[in-house]
Amino acid sequence: MKRFGRSLKYVYLGVMLLFLYLPIVYLIVFSFNSFHVNRGNVDYTNIGKCTGFTLSNYADVFTGEAGKALLLTLEIALISSVVATIIGTAAAIGINSMKKRSRSAVLSVSQLPMVNPDLVTGITFMMLFAFVNSLLANVNIKISDFGKLLIAHISFSIPYVIFSVLPRLKQSSDMLYEAALDLGCSPFQALLKAVIPDIMPGISSGFIMALTMSLDDFVVSYFVSDLRSTLSIYIYSRAAHGTKGVNPALATIIFIPLVTMLLIVNLRRLAKEREYEIQNKKVKMKK
Amino acid sequence: MKRKYFAYPYIVWMILFIAAPMLFIFYYAFNVNGTWTAEKFLDTLKNVSYWKTLLRSVLMAFGTTAICLLLGYPIAYILSNMKKSVAGFISVLFFVPMWMNFVLRTYAWSAIIEYAIPDLFNMTRSLTATSTGRTVAVLLVLVYDFLPFMVLPLYNTLSKLDKSLLEASRDLGANGRTTFFRVVLPLSIPGIVSGITMVFVPAITAFTVPALIGNGNYSLYGNVIDDAFKINPEYSIGSTLSIILLVFVLISTLIMNHFDTDKEGGSIL
Repeated sequence: MKRFGRSLKYVYLGVMLLFLYLPIVYLIVFSFNSFHVNRGNVDYTNIGKCTGFTLSNYADVFTGEAGKALLLTLEIALISSVVATIIGTAAAIGINSMKKRSRSAVLSVSQLPMVNPDLVTGITFMMLFAFVNSLLANVNIKISDFGKLLIAHISFSIPYVIFSVLPRLKQSSDMLYEAALDLGCSPFQALLKAVIPDIMPGISSGFIMALTMSLDDFVVSYFVSDLRSTLSIYIYSRAAHGTKGVNPALATIIFIPLVTMLLIVNLRRLAKEREYEIQNKKVKMKK
Repeated sequence: MKRKYFAYPYIVWMILFIAAPMLFIFYYAFNVNGTWTAEKFLDTLKNVSYWKTLLRSVLMAFGTTAICLLLGYPIAYILSNMKKSVAGFISVLFFVPMWMNFVLRTYAWSAIIEYAIPDLFNMTRSLTATSTGRTVAVLLVLVYDFLPFMVLPLYNTLSKLDKSLLEASRDLGANGRTTFFRVVLPLSIPGIVSGITMVFVPAITAFTVPALIGNGNYSLYGNVIDDAFKINPEYSIGSTLSIILLVFVLISTLIMNHFDTDKEGGSIL
């Protein structure tokens, strides 16, 4: 009975994983399908019928709009998460040294973009940029789509950085900063050499969060950008009814690097844990 | 130089780009072509069709949240009871799809629903041909999209649960079922609450899924707002609908905060 219950658990997990990976596997399988309708014309909407094996989808994936969209997405994600990490870490250090009342006031406002539906965030950005651009039109300047996307992505990422750095700061001792000052550091040096190394794990997980939010965003970018497409916007516009569909090879192009990266990170963590266990055993044996 | 000054660039940034732009929604709701009037605002409020769509979206979000909780709780529970190294690896498998572009995954589902399922079951017409079929299809994809967001907080809470409490419960004579319902479940309420908040509000405003599933013949509240801003721009209607949405989100956040005893630091109210 116990054995049966145990295998039932694995079956349940297996079924759920199958459900989660079904669409990804589906796209990867069909990325090898030929979608040529007639000479030179490609129509991807026919995902569901096998019409012959080909690798040409992979050659097509980097050319044209899809390649541009992929590049823009990566650029925006990298720049915005670096800037958000810098502003957010500084903000977390500042917030941590605030008095209780002003701290909870700032934290409440920080939750705004996290609680707000991203639909509303996107709309407010759209109206803000329309307003600013109409003001700037008098002096013949315009915020470009790139600038708009960057500002929007930085804004919704910063709170995630703050909320990953703050817990770490709370664990770290205030004495560290004081000690660095006593040993002759300037306040800036004290932060750079004593505080920041201590909270580094929080900063890096904040950076990863910011990167994820930016890479995965569709709604805010959709409302903010007029002419330039990030990957999500590109896929959305191609997926709508009456268009030529999305090249399924995109799924493989995103999936393989992602899985490789996660595997490396996790294997390293596992190896570290193992090492730690072995060391623990050695210490116990010495005792 | 005091350390708290480090927060100032951020505070200025937030006021400029997050807090101030919220005012635009109120501006456009009550200002039509430069004159202040509540007429459009009230007209939109009186329009029953918007309220019907909101009701449909809320019901859809309820359904999504309930199914995600029912499917996700066992996943988190099983994972939290596994050996740590194994659980770490399998839980990563559960969260990898969150990192795949979700528009792409939704697109894949639309293909599966339009082509693969009819082929497999020899159906003469697609599932999304009827209105019930479209509802089921949208619900399915919403559950798919939000399931990891339910599992993640549940897993975090359940894996931190003190295992000696379970032993204590057993020592005091409780069987497995009693232990689960009287010890594990009450202790995992913070995880349940944050899971529900991570699914319910985004599910109300989801507009990508209904736009892509069923060829755009099914619309939820998010689609109506999208329509009022991007497709047939009428900012006064869109802004009013956004205000209704904000009020709704505020109420549900308040209710959730009431249940959430675990939270520290600032909360929105």
